[in-house]
Amino acid sequence: METLLALMVGALIAAAVYLMLARNVLRFLFGLILISNAANLVIFGSGGLTPEAPPLIAYGASAPPGGVANALPQALVLTAIVIGFGLFAFALVLVYRGYQNLGTLDSEEMRIAEPRE
Amino acid sequence: MILLTAPLIATFVAAVLAFLFRRNREGRWISVAGSAVHLGAGLALLFEVMGNGPIAAQMGGWPAPFGITLVADTLSAVMVVITGITALAVSIYAVADIGEEIEELGYHALFQVLIAGVTGAFLTGDLFNLYVWFEVMLISSFGLLAMGGSRAQLDAGIKYVTLNLISTILFLSAIGLLYGATGTLNLADLRGAVAEADPGLMTVIAGLFLVGFGIKAGVFPLFFWLPASYHTPSFAVSAVFAGLLTKVGVYALIRMFTLVFVHDVGFTHQLMLWVAVATMVVGVLGAAAQTDFRRILSFHIISQIGYMVLGLALLTPLAMAGAVFYLVHHIVVKANLFLVAGVADRIAGGTDVDRIGGLYKGAPLLGFLFLIPAFSLAGFPPLSGFWAKYVLLQASMDLSMWIVAFFILAVGLMTIYSMTKIWGRAFWKPHPAGTVPRLSQLSAADRFAFLFPIAGLALWTIVIGVWPEPFFALAEQAAAELLDPTPYLDAVLGVSE
Repeated sequence: METLLALMVGALIAAAVYLMLARNVLRFLFGLILISNAANLVIFGSGGLTPEAPPLIAYGASAPPGGVANALPQALVLTAIVIGFGLFAFALVLVYRGYQNLGTLDSEEMRIAEPRE
Repeated sequence: MILLTAPLIATFVAAVLAFLFRRNREGRWISVAGSAVHLGAGLALLFEVMGNGPIAAQMGGWPAPFGITLVADTLSAVMVVITGITALAVSIYAVADIGEEIEELGYHALFQVLIAGVTGAFLTGDLFNLYVWFEVMLISSFGLLAMGGSRAQLDAGIKYVTLNLISTILFLSAIGLLYGATGTLNLADLRGAVAEADPGLMTVIAGLFLVGFGIKAGVFPLFFWLPASYHTPSFAVSAVFAGLLTKVGVYALIRMFTLVFVHDVGFTHQLMLWVAVATMVVGVLGAAAQTDFRRILSFHIISQIGYMVLGLALLTPLAMAGAVFYLVHHIVVKANLFLVAGVADRIAGGTDVDRIGGLYKGAPLLGFLFLIPAFSLAGFPPLSGFWAKYVLLQASMDLSMWIVAFFILAVGLMTIYSMTKIWGRAFWKPHPAGTVPRLSQLSAADRFAFLFPIAGLALWTIVIGVWPEPFFALAEQAAAELLDPTPYLDAVLGVSE
């Protein structure tokens, strides 16, 4: 299961890097979504994946039985997803405002702050 | 506990109040008051830590390493104080610099949240919490950078936001992998866990942290977002960015690579050494090619970051003390130079040094106030920058690293070149339009709000320069705690509530 997840993360990152190499800023943003979700999956996977073994603590015990997934990374992923979503929403609005004001999505033409010498 | 949380509470309360009063003129004074309380709380924390060693508090009552720890050793406390000084100076400056339409958008609230994010990053003892503080800092810096929405700001904002998001994602993946490999996120607990884990795997994860924090710090070859964006927002914003934001990256590097990743110093710190030298050289060469006041200064930030990372890479007590001293000196000097650039822009009508001039003739006081931080940046005795560079030079010569020592001197010399360029073109040569820029063009209130923080920070530079012993002793104490973090570990792991 972990192997499958690792391969999926690899595929997501490869696709994301391909998209982010594009000059079009919108494609770059799509790459950014993919890579941030790949990072979330890395954290998710770091806690271990155990099908059909919920980390339930028996009555009177203080720790779950062995062989269950660590639940902490899942909590961390929730935080990371929320933060990532907020940042991405900001980036999307910024690029849209940029498109309205600069009239382009081509990063090569975005030279207002850094004019060619 | 209250000592550790007070600077954060002060800034968050100020942020909420400033947001509520954003349509009135009180918002700006709330921001000044918030920064002043933050500075006071930081000083109280510093005196406590200097006297009694590192202190820690467990949030939510969960004992370390399970809960989130706030911890301050000498380095953290010094950084909080210097953040307070910069924040206070910039929030006074903002009274004159920030227009009412920007204030109504919530400038002062975002500024206070930014300061809270920076302070939290310095005080946290938990890796995931560090990520959260980075996000607090990032999202408010995004807002501050884009506020006003000019074409240049949008252009710069897109580059700044996207490249910083990549850095965040790398940092986040590194946290996930490190947790998967060691099972803890508490920095003090990680030290032991990393030492026992597979060294090869740890080096790979350390590399991810190095790249993630390297982008934030602006080291070679990851700095391109910095000179693309720092010259576009309002001057108060670019001063606080220039002073504090990249230094949070440097602080994170210092923390991670003295406390946690010391299992393979031969590889990680050697890599950092050459990255640092390249950063110093490329930054200063980039500055030589620029003609905009703020872009010259932006490239100098990169060059100076190299010096700090160099101190970390050498990893001797003297070099670490040099790096800490450099941080303290640099934040103040750099913020001050950006503040001077703002006054130059207001009275001379621009920041391109080819299109302005006559500042020395019309405003000799401003010229004098520019020379202090500019000479300090270049390393003239008896200003603060001289001691910072001197200590790093001594540390590299103690290790017989002559090439590194050569670059420390050569980069200092080239720094003088670009400072002379600003001086010669913006201050000495007559204004191309034939006018003479004068400080009397500003209203009395604006003049005070502009010049008081600049003079205060310049005075601070002189004080560190002519009376360096207590500051250097503090830096040595911080370095000793970094290289032997037993008191830090005891403070975090020994406390049980």
